[in-house]
Amino acid sequence: MRGATEAGMADDDEKPGLMGRLFGRAASPAPRVPAPSAPATKPPTWWSRLTRGLSRSSTALGQGVVDLFAKRKLDAATLDELEDALIAADLGPAAAKRVREALARDRHGRDASEADIREALAAEVERALTPVAKPLFVESAIRPFAILVVGVNGSGKTTTIGKLARKFVDEGRKVALVAGDTFRAAAIEQLGIWAARTGATLIAGKEGADPAGLAFEALTRAKAEGFDVLVMDTAGRLQNRAELMAELAKVVRVMKKVDPAAPHAVLLVLDATVGQNALSQVELFGKTAGVTGLAMTKLDGTARGGVLVALADRFGLPVHFIGVGETAEDFAPFSAKDFAAAIAGKGGDD
Amino acid sequence: MFESLSDKLSGVLDRLTGRGALSAADVDAALREVRRALLEADVNLEVARAFVENVRQKAVGAEIVKSVRPGQMVVKLVHDALVETLGGEDSGLDLAAAPPVAVMMVGLQGAGKTTTAAKIAKRLAEREKRKVLMASLDVKRPAAQEQLAVLGRQVGVETLPIVAGRGPVEIARAALEDARLRGFDVVILDTAGRTHVDEPLMAEMAEIKAAANPHEILLVADALTGQDAVNLAKSFDERVGVTGIVLTRVDGDGRGGAALSMRAVTGKPIKLIGVGEKMDALEGFHPGRIADRILGMGDVVSLVEKAAANIDAEKAAKAVEKMRRGKFDLDDLSDQLAQIERLGGLGGIIGMLPGVAKMKDQIAAAGVDDKMVRRQRAIISSMTPKERRDPDVLKASRKKRVAAGAGVKVEDVNKLLKQHRQMADVMKAMGGAKRGGMMGKLGQMMGMGAGMGGGMPAPSPEEMEALAKRYGLPGQGFAAGAPGIPDAPPPDVFAKPKFPGLAGLGGFDPFKKK
Repeated sequence: MRGATEAGMADDDEKPGLMGRLFGRAASPAPRVPAPSAPATKPPTWWSRLTRGLSRSSTALGQGVVDLFAKRKLDAATLDELEDALIAADLGPAAAKRVREALARDRHGRDASEADIREALAAEVERALTPVAKPLFVESAIRPFAILVVGVNGSGKTTTIGKLARKFVDEGRKVALVAGDTFRAAAIEQLGIWAARTGATLIAGKEGADPAGLAFEALTRAKAEGFDVLVMDTAGRLQNRAELMAELAKVVRVMKKVDPAAPHAVLLVLDATVGQNALSQVELFGKTAGVTGLAMTKLDGTARGGVLVALADRFGLPVHFIGVGETAEDFAPFSAKDFAAAIAGKGGDD
Repeated sequence: MFESLSDKLSGVLDRLTGRGALSAADVDAALREVRRALLEADVNLEVARAFVENVRQKAVGAEIVKSVRPGQMVVKLVHDALVETLGGEDSGLDLAAAPPVAVMMVGLQGAGKTTTAAKIAKRLAEREKRKVLMASLDVKRPAAQEQLAVLGRQVGVETLPIVAGRGPVEIARAALEDARLRGFDVVILDTAGRTHVDEPLMAEMAEIKAAANPHEILLVADALTGQDAVNLAKSFDERVGVTGIVLTRVDGDGRGGAALSMRAVTGKPIKLIGVGEKMDALEGFHPGRIADRILGMGDVVSLVEKAAANIDAEKAAKAVEKMRRGKFDLDDLSDQLAQIERLGGLGGIIGMLPGVAKMKDQIAAAGVDDKMVRRQRAIISSMTPKERRDPDVLKASRKKRVAAGAGVKVEDVNKLLKQHRQMADVMKAMGGAKRGGMMGKLGQMMGMGAGMGGGMPAPSPEEMEALAKRYGLPGQGFAAGAPGIPDAPPPDVFAKPKFPGLAGLGGFDPFKKK
């Protein structure tokens, strides 16, 4: 079952091409620095990946900040424009206003250089995000540790599960992936390919089957066969569709029949391009499925994912992971400092 | 989509409409709130700015129309600006070229390209009788090609057989070649999702374009997209020259900002919108109607069209006749309920009614949902024909039997019967009286339903607003009027006519009106 490293290797082979793509317009590819303690196969440091991925987005905002602040006082008009720039990063009016006020409190009327502004902005964003930057803690004592993955259609649930599977398998855990998206055409095949790539076990039912029934079977089987982690995919659903949310609630209910504490984690996958609708997604998926943490995908575009600041302000749910590409390695724990620096257009160190 | 923008904007504008005179400061304050509402709805910052400026300028130079209050004038200006921003004219797919016409779908990962490709194929095959071939050029995402093949089987449209190892450009060529040989009218090319900053993939997309020479290049974009929507649309357009936009997940509670922004920035029309997961959940995009919906004016035109497509005119005419004579039995009620279901359920209808959007929360809170409608139909179908014609024969033991048959409690049966009796009473009264006194109000209420068809002139948005306020807010009158809500507040005189208002739908005769 874990012998699927050949499949994993295929991914590794792709890496140079991937890096080229990821780093897109960057003049020179990032040096491949092995992470100090991680297994030797690990890709360049996470920070370089994130900043290169985010650099395109942050330059857009960064540029705006340069233009605005090169030789100006931090007066009301400047702050207005800063607020607008934050809104353009998807922070939303409320969070943008809060950040603006925080900046105004300390520095109003002072001369401020571009670097000062970026620094202050990064600090403020980081302050908002630090409390929510928590890794997903998989308790080894709980077996199987059941993770339910939910989100709207096309947010990247299945890909995220593929990445999670790679992580857990690399950690030496016995992993089951449950193909709970029985609705979308070929969703089961898609997860099956991820299972084969990562060496996880696929548990699938028939297309069109009741996902709750599958959840029950899968959890029972994972328990009997001694799996460490079970990750359950679900069909994408819009949070305002009551009947689909009821179906999700049933999946959760049924899992509890096997293990009253399950699902031990409920991961809501958010697309980085999502706007203020993310607030409604977190609220309603939270209500229905008891979301315990967030993952943000597709941060390799120009989207800035600024809505995470608004989400932190309002819900304070942990942000576990972010995804910046399509292979299993384009995935890492969420770091408030890096993310804040990227949003404020502060360059990385390497 | 659009509800929340609608809530906010109509809130802001409400405060203006009631007033006789407006100062420049009033308008400014309102426009500031409009701007904020737009931003919260994910409208792009630049677009929001331009929008507000546009309205402000028009407001300053606006001619004073005597019969219109200044506040209403502002509402009209905002409405016009919305229509303008959304693109004025309706615009559909353009397939006027030598067959096979290639249609290429592009967009970000997860935007809904594959699903949309299948929906468009179905629409073209069924409505326009075109012979359509689909091909998936997505060799990247696991099982993407299989997904299109499965969808193709579902909608009865052929897909190009999957050959492992072929690149996207090769597949595009093969699809066109195959279509030429076998006489297909349209070839839909579904490409892999890509971010617009992914240079190699963008270059590949340009290659596909060069090879396939598509007549339509549709950018598929998620209606839930935030501020990035504009960059996205711009980059795709610059790179391959998008011919139109398809907005997906419009049935979500997203706020439609992406729609406003992408159209405004690229000047490319929104051609279609995806409104659900079913394969026929694809609609044309009508800027004027959407603007109405955003401003809470309802979308009666769409409702009428929907009704025309779904309601059996003959049956409807019969029902009207019966109602007029005060003979409205349970079979008729069941038909009415079935029609509500066909029109997209209570939620679907309510969302399109003028002024009612604001009451949505209250309606939801009262537990009015489509399950209830289904349950009521179940109760009726558990009755014998005789009982349906003459509900008075239903005594305790019969009621028990009916309740058991429908899987409900006897009190639910009682509720339904009571509801029916009230409706029948109201209808009888309506049959005799026309306007005047309470009946006049009833007439107006009927206007809400009948405005869609019953023959009375549709009230103006202002009147609707007033009605909604008067009837909708106290004690959830609207909800009370709907049949059999558990624990509904006791129906008052104004609540009663509500359901007939809906039932008035049945009176719609689409063919006569046209």
